Amino acid sequence: MSQERIWQRFTFAERLSRFAVFLGFAVALSVSLRTVEIIPEFLLDAPTQIADLLKRMWPMDLAYYPEGIHHAMMETLHIASLGTLLCIILAVPVGILGANNIVRQPLLNWLSKLILVSSRSVNTLVWALLFVAVFGPGALAGTICIAFRSVGFVGKLFAEALEESDPGPIEALQASGAPWLSIFLKGYWPQVAPAFWGIFLFRWDINVRESAVIGLVGAGGIGMVLDTSLNLFFWDRVSVILLSIFTVVILAELLVTAIRKRII
Amino acid sequence: MSNTPATRDYGRPFRANWLARSGWLIALLYTLYAANLLDISWERFIVGLDNGAKFLGEMVPPNFSRWKLLIENLIETIEIAIIASAFGVLFSLPVGLFAARNLMPGWITWPFRTFIALCRSFHPVIFAILFVKAVGFGPLAGILTLIFASIGFIGKLFAEAVEEISLKPVEALRATGAPFMSVIIYGVLPQVLNRFIGFSSYQLDANLRNSTMVGIVGAGGIGGTLFSAFQRFDYDFLAAILISIIALVMVSEYISAQVKKVFQ
Repeated sequence: MSQERIWQRFTFAERLSRFAVFLGFAVALSVSLRTVEIIPEFLLDAPTQIADLLKRMWPMDLAYYPEGIHHAMMETLHIASLGTLLCIILAVPVGILGANNIVRQPLLNWLSKLILVSSRSVNTLVWALLFVAVFGPGALAGTICIAFRSVGFVGKLFAEALEESDPGPIEALQASGAPWLSIFLKGYWPQVAPAFWGIFLFRWDINVRESAVIGLVGAGGIGMVLDTSLNLFFWDRVSVILLSIFTVVILAELLVTAIRKRII
Repeated sequence: MSNTPATRDYGRPFRANWLARSGWLIALLYTLYAANLLDISWERFIVGLDNGAKFLGEMVPPNFSRWKLLIENLIETIEIAIIASAFGVLFSLPVGLFAARNLMPGWITWPFRTFIALCRSFHPVIFAILFVKAVGFGPLAGILTLIFASIGFIGKLFAEAVEEISLKPVEALRATGAPFMSVIIYGVLPQVLNRFIGFSSYQLDANLRNSTMVGIVGAGGIGGTLFSAFQRFDYDFLAAILISIIALVMVSEYISAQVKKVFQ
């Protein structure tokens, strides 16, 4: 009579695979902790060093903003915006190639996926290095770096949005004999436009952050000023630069949030 | 006229959207203006393309002869990513909880929210520079950098997830007089743990990607080797490094997709 049933949330296989994930991670972590080269003295010394750093950063050299930073900051914003616009031109075709409901060629889908993954897995700074080698130091390299880096992100999300679009209107257009471009502009585009602009704004926000550092390897913008100040140990200027980057990033985020609320 | 069937006038089906068109026009004008301001010209672009062709030509047979160094660096990169993710996730759990506005009073949440915003708004490279100054060259600086980056990302998403939970179990627990920790463990965590694991596996991916970069400023991992290959114009070795980074990221994306399946 008293046959007890023990209720369990997960099956044995599920519990086993969960356990395997945790175990795998724990093993990887302990191996890493043992083999990574950390010098304990450096870790113990860190608080004093950080305190020293902060002491050198204060008081800030605010007078430096108008003469040295403002211009570079504007350049950074232009690099971010121009790079994001250029990225649209690159990302739309790649995104279309990657959407398997539009282009029914697995080979082309795969090619698009390869482009997108390469763009995303190479870091912004590495892209910046590449383009500085190609175009020479300056804003041109920075803009193209931002565009190439963003393609992976924008293209992937754009392809996903296209794949999720409702086939009804597209079938209607096809039945009426519309050419391909019309099908895209009047069938797909209205469905994905809000998502697309959302992605665009989100990426612009990220790009503002990223374009602030690509100057460290010579690709223009505020990073170049930061690099100079760091090399000359002008820590009071470094703190002003960091403060202005922080302010601009927060303002960009607020702006994007406000626009997103209105258009979506 | 009267015997033709009455057709309702639906207007033109595809009306011109002048607002959108003027938006595109403004984008075009801005592009021209900003390109002019940043001194981006077609000639420079063409010259750059020549350079780029030469550059690619030198990269083309990727040189894997120094594979030992490559593997060593890749392992260090992976170790940095794993350690940083583990500690980043560990720290972002309390930070995220304290930043959730539905559980904590305002005077606790705002310092934590500011901290998260601070972690998020600076690019990891900037943190890396500061930590290299503070704790010296090597993987420790990279680990600390990525811990902060992880807190910024997971902390924010986790706080948002906690803010969306149902408060009924929490209320029920409080009504029974459960202490604070029990409320968190039995009322809050079960509702958000799955999402938290999702964010964490994403962050492991992101950390792996970023750890290929922090080396550029001296914070350990494959980035340092990449940067010196650049400076020595060792472009065929550079190509080998880039290929292995892309491969590493693809493998990690595959693994994290599998891990996500386990926890669904």
